Amino acid sequence: MIPGTFDYHRPATIEDAVALLSRLGEDANILAGGHSLIPLMKTRLASPDHLVDLSGIGNLKGIKVEGDTLIIGAMTTQFELIASEALERHVPIIAETSRLIADPQIRYKGTFGGNLANGDPGNDMPALMLCLGATYSVTGPEGSRQIAARDFYQGAYFTSLEHGEILTSVSIPIPAAGHGYAYEKLKRKVGDYATAAAAVVITMADGKCTSASIGLTNVSDTPLLASGAAAALVGTSLDRTSVDAAVLAAEVITSPASDMRGPAAYRTKMAGVMVRRALERAQSRAKG
Amino acid sequence: MNDQTKIDQDRAERTEKLQGMGCKRKRVEDVRFTQGKGSYVDDLKLPGMLFGDFVRSPHAHARIKSIDTSRAKALPGVVAVLTAADLKPLGLHYMPTLAGDVQAVLAEEKVLFQNQEVAFVIAEDRYIASDATELVDVEYEALPCIVDPFKSMLPDAPILREDIQDKMEGAHGPRKHPNHIFEWKIGDKEATDAVFANADVTIKEMLVDHRTHPSPLETCQSVASFDKVKGELTLWGTFQAPHVIRTVVSLISGLPEHKIHVIAPDIGGGFGNKVGAYAGYVCSVVGSIVLGVPVKWVEDRMENLSATSFARDYHMTTELAATKDGRIQAMRVHVLADHGAFDACADPSKWPAGFMNICTGSYDIPTAHLAVDGVYTNKASGGVAYRCSFRVTEAAFAIERAVELLAQKLGMDAAELRIKNFIKPEQFPYQSALGWEYDSGDYHTAMKKAMDTIGYTELREEQAKKREAFKRGETRELMGIGISFFTEIVGAGPAKNCDILGIAMFDSAEIRIHPTGSVIARMGTKSQGQGHETTYAQIIATEIGIPADDIMVEEGNTDTAPYGLGTYGSRSTPVAGAATAVAARKIKAKAQMIAAHMMEVHEGDLEWDVDRFRVKGLPEKFKTMKEIAWAAYNAPPPNMEPGLEAVNYYEPPNMTYPFGAYFCVMDIDVDTGVAKTRRFYALDDCGTRINPMIIEGQVHGGLTEAFACAMGQEIRYDEQGNVMGASFMDFFLPTAVETPHWETDHTVTPSPHHPIGAKGVGESPHVGGVPCFSNAVNDAYAFLGAGHIQMPHDAWRLWTVGEKLGLHT
Ligand SMILES: Cc1cc2nc3c(=O)[nH]c(=O)nc-3n(C[C@H](O)[C@H](O)[C@H](O)COP(=O)(O)OP(=O)(O)OC[C@H]3O[C@@H](n4cnc5c(N)ncnc54)[C@H](O)[C@@H]3O)c2cc1C
Repeated sequence: MIPGTFDYHRPATIEDAVALLSRLGEDANILAGGHSLIPLMKTRLASPDHLVDLSGIGNLKGIKVEGDTLIIGAMTTQFELIASEALERHVPIIAETSRLIADPQIRYKGTFGGNLANGDPGNDMPALMLCLGATYSVTGPEGSRQIAARDFYQGAYFTSLEHGEILTSVSIPIPAAGHGYAYEKLKRKVGDYATAAAAVVITMADGKCTSASIGLTNVSDTPLLASGAAAALVGTSLDRTSVDAAVLAAEVITSPASDMRGPAAYRTKMAGVMVRRALERAQSRAKG
Repeated sequence: MNDQTKIDQDRAERTEKLQGMGCKRKRVEDVRFTQGKGSYVDDLKLPGMLFGDFVRSPHAHARIKSIDTSRAKALPGVVAVLTAADLKPLGLHYMPTLAGDVQAVLAEEKVLFQNQEVAFVIAEDRYIASDATELVDVEYEALPCIVDPFKSMLPDAPILREDIQDKMEGAHGPRKHPNHIFEWKIGDKEATDAVFANADVTIKEMLVDHRTHPSPLETCQSVASFDKVKGELTLWGTFQAPHVIRTVVSLISGLPEHKIHVIAPDIGGGFGNKVGAYAGYVCSVVGSIVLGVPVKWVEDRMENLSATSFARDYHMTTELAATKDGRIQAMRVHVLADHGAFDACADPSKWPAGFMNICTGSYDIPTAHLAVDGVYTNKASGGVAYRCSFRVTEAAFAIERAVELLAQKLGMDAAELRIKNFIKPEQFPYQSALGWEYDSGDYHTAMKKAMDTIGYTELREEQAKKREAFKRGETRELMGIGISFFTEIVGAGPAKNCDILGIAMFDSAEIRIHPTGSVIARMGTKSQGQGHETTYAQIIATEIGIPADDIMVEEGNTDTAPYGLGTYGSRSTPVAGAATAVAARKIKAKAQMIAAHMMEVHEGDLEWDVDRFRVKGLPEKFKTMKEIAWAAYNAPPPNMEPGLEAVNYYEPPNMTYPFGAYFCVMDIDVDTGVAKTRRFYALDDCGTRINPMIIEGQVHGGLTEAFACAMGQEIRYDEQGNVMGASFMDFFLPTAVETPHWETDHTVTPSPHHPIGAKGVGESPHVGGVPCFSNAVNDAYAFLGAGHIQMPHDAWRLWTVGEKLGLHT
């Protein structure tokens, strides 16, 4: 539980950070809150020669609303997501999800961007970003670009970030007023990653579901967007049959690992249970 | 106010000032613990101290073809790298275990479990040591491994312990197979078989008490410092039994025992994990002897969970025979005990299966037979008593699950069946079929109090309604009611049946009263969080009338403490607590003589009054203990030695038998398998209660560990012998969020043979808690025909039960 030797760098600007990362090459790693990276280093599953800490870069932090878009800086902590009034008003599912990440100590240090860039299928925020249709802004030696969250995750710890690219902020289209939402997470204890979890956002009008979006956490080597499940709901009154169909559609796209949280068959079924329960809660919250 | 009231009031005030037995005295040790001022092994920093770290085996079973340490030695800051080749000339590549086996310190020709110690790197700091472990090149040839104990004794099983391959006589008799350790049998087999052959009703079930780990928050660690000039070794370490460690170190190192100073400073939990001797201790000692500077070894969490002593892994085929109306006539148990790669159980010498023969529990079972086979597998060694006396959690689990299964088969209420078979109050002292003499008990009173308090009848009614509602599809929750009525056996123990390495299992207290009337008491036990500094002082306070706040209790330094066998198996209060009372009484007897001399009366004219001797009939004529202490040093009676102190080595005449009635109400979500404990009620009878607050704390802790073990905690291996989940991410250590609310209660049945009637309590909640939780889970599914559900009862396993029962549409 003792990491290998590394050098520590703390650039003050994004430009410096990008320059450092390209100079240091593949042996350098970005350090944000450290709560995914440092455990890997302690078990020597990662042994970077250099850590480039982003915490000295002021403009990577913060939450703002621009028109119908919400912009969250990558270095915003998971705690700050819970504390934010703007988020509570516009996209409360983010705070709800954040509260289910790890424990308070970790959320004080762990960042939103780190949770998204990490690429661990166990992270909770990525599936939510798929569900919300978020877009990631990244900056690298070649300049800046935008990547849709839905295109970002390629495999476990494998994302579309090129080496040396920094995730700077995330823009999230604000869901319609009166939308229903819920993040349901099954875990073994406080501080645990999900056995399975589901993020659900729906809108309702005259008792009918007018739109639905569903993301799934930790039931595949990437977060999943359950589009089939969502499609099974639109236009329905979320009656038993439609919900059953959605649950089934969510279950079939999962391919979880068997681990100490349970065998794959269990985790697939739990993805279904989480979808069902999230839908129930989302429906109860939806206006219209 | 009349005179008598005044006297009573005065006496009450003086009694209260003492903070003696029965009062909720705050724990004195918490002043330093809550300020982060405790002093643990890892806090120790000595000049020139080096750090050791292990190279461990990635394989469960492999031959070591070569070890090349040259790259590691070349790393700047690395001082030495020890391998078996270095230890062998010293005869230290193996060390004796407490169970009569030997255990590799550093693997020589083979590794026998994953994470076994292969080389020990010593470097200037922890980081370099850790880096260097990656530079030791070990070439292995993987061998087929045994993970399932049921495969250990197959004819074609790979032989694990080549070092003792030809030794077909083990420490406990003949071995049936090279992978067999011992067979231990007790009871009347013929009579038992005969009862079974003719019984109205029998049950038989394989009850598995799975492999888990005591997981104290502070891991195992040591600092060895050898003074080459004086030829003396000082060894600080996380030792539950420091004197035993001193003797073991002397025996294996050849250093004379008086030149070994073993010190156990504050310890952050032990739960059985810190009783045995570990490779890390030996390597830090050898390192320091060779290098002449202090060497520190600190285990990390993964090492602790995967390499130092595990607990349980008992596979118990349990049978009961009964009459139609529910009188239990016989019990038959066969245990397959997985001890891992070495037999490093920490049991008294003659008890290779600990006190498993307490498995007849709280019931008057006239005939019984128990047989235990211990086997080797490619897993870490151990089998220690995790918050229980030796194998007592296993025993309680066997009988308490079996009774439930019998109740189910008889169609009888599980509480009623228990009451029907309880040993009756008038049967004590009770001779059990498997050889114990239960000292005391009043099970009926305890059970009735528990059932009334929890509202047992109403709970069963509610459950019946819930079951109907479940069948009608109105709820997806199952309600379970768990019961456990356990009897512990603690306080090892009488010399006639208990010793460790030939040393009888007495314990000791040395009490010195200083001239000004304050006290130092030194004990042979060692607290790991139990609050000894608080409770022993309370015993002394009541016995000799000096306020507990004026009494300092010291443990853990083998130079100053009298020899003792340490703290585990709830033995501190039953054994050292008794020694404390006896030593205090010796002091009191001498004090009485001094007081008589001071007041110029005959000793027999004096009577004890809380904190003083007074002349009978003349209440105003008295000498306080404080005054007597001064006189003991200042003007002792002629022909009497000055001073006021006493030592007692107490050899208990019998064990003590705490018991308790536990009830658990659980609600299980069948769709996720998540179980919620709605209520947990624990009634404990530990005899005389020294400090009710400490008892409550011990019960809370023990129940929490019971909850953990029953509901998810496990050390699992895959088929290749890879240890899984050896970190707190997977290993279930409940936080305040998961832990149920505990309701505690008590009855008091003092031990008739213990000087103050106390029995020990720290482990009862664990022993009684594990079967109670498991019974609640089993009870929830029983009406659906689930059969016995094995622990641990984590969510996915319970979901699997529901899946098999077709509950998930
Ligand atoms: C005990 C424990 C329990 C946890 N439980 C949960 C849980 O239940 N759910 C959950 O979602 N998470 C959980 N976590 C992880 C936690 O949320 C982490 O904080 C998060 O995954 C990573 O964020 P970080 O800021 O700590 O990033 P770091 O650990 O510093 O970095 C993680 C990875 O992302 C990269 N990275 C970080 N920031 C950027 C960036 N801006 N641009 C590009 N790359 C970047 C780093 O190089 C690194 O590879 C847990 C962690 C612990 C220790």
